[in-house]
Amino acid sequence: MTTVGDVTDKVRSKNAGPFWLTVDIFCGDAARFDRVVAGLSTDRVAAAFDVDIATLKRFDIADLYVVKFSLPRPTIQGDIRDRDMHGAGWAPLIAEMALA
Amino acid sequence: MTRILIPTGALGLGYDQTALMRGVAAGPDLIAIDGGSTDSGPSYLGRGVSKYTRASTKGEWAGLIRARAQAGCPLIIGTAGTCGTDSTVDWLVDITREILAEEGLTATIATLKSQQSALGDLTPLPGAPDVDAGIIDQCTNIVALAGAEQIQAALNTGADIIIAGRTTDTATIAALPLQNGDHAGGAWHGAKIGECGAFCATNPQSGVIQLDFDTTGFTITPLADGARATPHTVSAHMLYENSDPYILYEPGGHLDVTQAKYHAVSDRAVRVEGAAWVPSETYTVKVEGARVVGYQTIIMATIRDPHYVANVQAWCDDIAALHAEKVTRRMGQVDHTTELRIIGHSATLGGLETLPATAHEVGVLGIVTAQTQEDARAIAMLLNPYLLHHPLTQDEPMPTFAFPFSPAETDRGPVYGFALHHVMSLSDPMSAFRLEVLS
Repeated sequence: MTTVGDVTDKVRSKNAGPFWLTVDIFCGDAARFDRVVAGLSTDRVAAAFDVDIATLKRFDIADLYVVKFSLPRPTIQGDIRDRDMHGAGWAPLIAEMALA
Repeated sequence: MTRILIPTGALGLGYDQTALMRGVAAGPDLIAIDGGSTDSGPSYLGRGVSKYTRASTKGEWAGLIRARAQAGCPLIIGTAGTCGTDSTVDWLVDITREILAEEGLTATIATLKSQQSALGDLTPLPGAPDVDAGIIDQCTNIVALAGAEQIQAALNTGADIIIAGRTTDTATIAALPLQNGDHAGGAWHGAKIGECGAFCATNPQSGVIQLDFDTTGFTITPLADGARATPHTVSAHMLYENSDPYILYEPGGHLDVTQAKYHAVSDRAVRVEGAAWVPSETYTVKVEGARVVGYQTIIMATIRDPHYVANVQAWCDDIAALHAEKVTRRMGQVDHTTELRIIGHSATLGGLETLPATAHEVGVLGIVTAQTQEDARAIAMLLNPYLLHHPLTQDEPMPTFAFPFSPAETDRGPVYGFALHHVMSLSDPMSAFRLEVLS
């Protein structure tokens, strides 16, 4: 099994303000960018985050070899149920996903 | 032409002194720095305090006040004291006066205050929580985010040091080039690229960058030894903490960088042109608010016994059920939540975790939130005996687990929550802000 993390330079997740999360997949070059675009579907990412696919924004940025996902935070930053103040933990969830 | 020197991404992160002096020698028109962010959570806005100590803030701010005197240009900070409430603006004014007195310097100070007591009509932004008048009343602090117009008014006072409450991250940088007639798309784009200091370059910790704005775009130059901006590092910065890498909403319009072109002008500097500024029909500012949502007490145990490590989820489920019963029995129907997060197992991702736990030890963090501190502590104290001694089955001898602390319970005080993610329309950009030149 080849994962997203196996073929990319870095996967980073972060708050985009207290109400949104964003995940940036830095693929490194055109070949690996194409591999991630083809092998990581938006509905699988929505399932991994357990969110409605309609709330998930996807940007395939060929100039930067980056695939970016943004979504409203399932728990608002700092809510008593929030486990991750800075949104750091979403990156490994994506990095460990298998590429189709 | 406008030259802006940015010492670092935020006051408190530190900056490279040699690079700062290089920037001062290059004759900037303005030294601009950000003082805050929501990124550390709602507690700072809720309490109206800085996340950095007074002493460390004073040390870094004094260096910038000296640099300003040497450069002979204004110094501006946006979102002073992490959250940009009136209390943190006053806190930084007090620090500034102390520095000026100690260093034998004179400088005029202007403040721009962003705190709100009454709100006009609010429009929710995507992802906003529901609000009503009751929730707004519960907010301990509400701030509006100033844009370029309010910063220009502050710069036009002619003050040497401008201490602004909550502003957008970009406004303190974009305001002056916009006023000078530089390219509007370039002004906002350069501000967004530069607002985190050298995060848009290699060696991001070095902090110091210089932005040169003109009528067609901007050039960014990191000033520390070993720091280089490349078309890739600069364009990639639009991704950072941004839900949309092409569009950035600001008071009065939005930035669109879809057509931006980046090219290297030296081995360290990058030229950027092609971004567009799209004015909006109505002038709106974003508002932020935080309110107390409860009081917390936490308690922690660490588990090393392999039998219990292997069955820790069942152990926690068992404790949660027994504890809930006991709370009701002892305290009646008391409004609270109790959560057991298993560190080394699923503490970060909860139900989304996909990997099996393989650790040889785990931590169990009990988090109790109630409507008073006394209730939270009492409920956590009822959790204590279970975390210390609860057996997986009745047949096994009574186990004991490791507690790192005595007392085992730690009160965390009031817990705040972000309550607003809305915009408010203004007929006059200054109507929600207060500008004052201090004597």
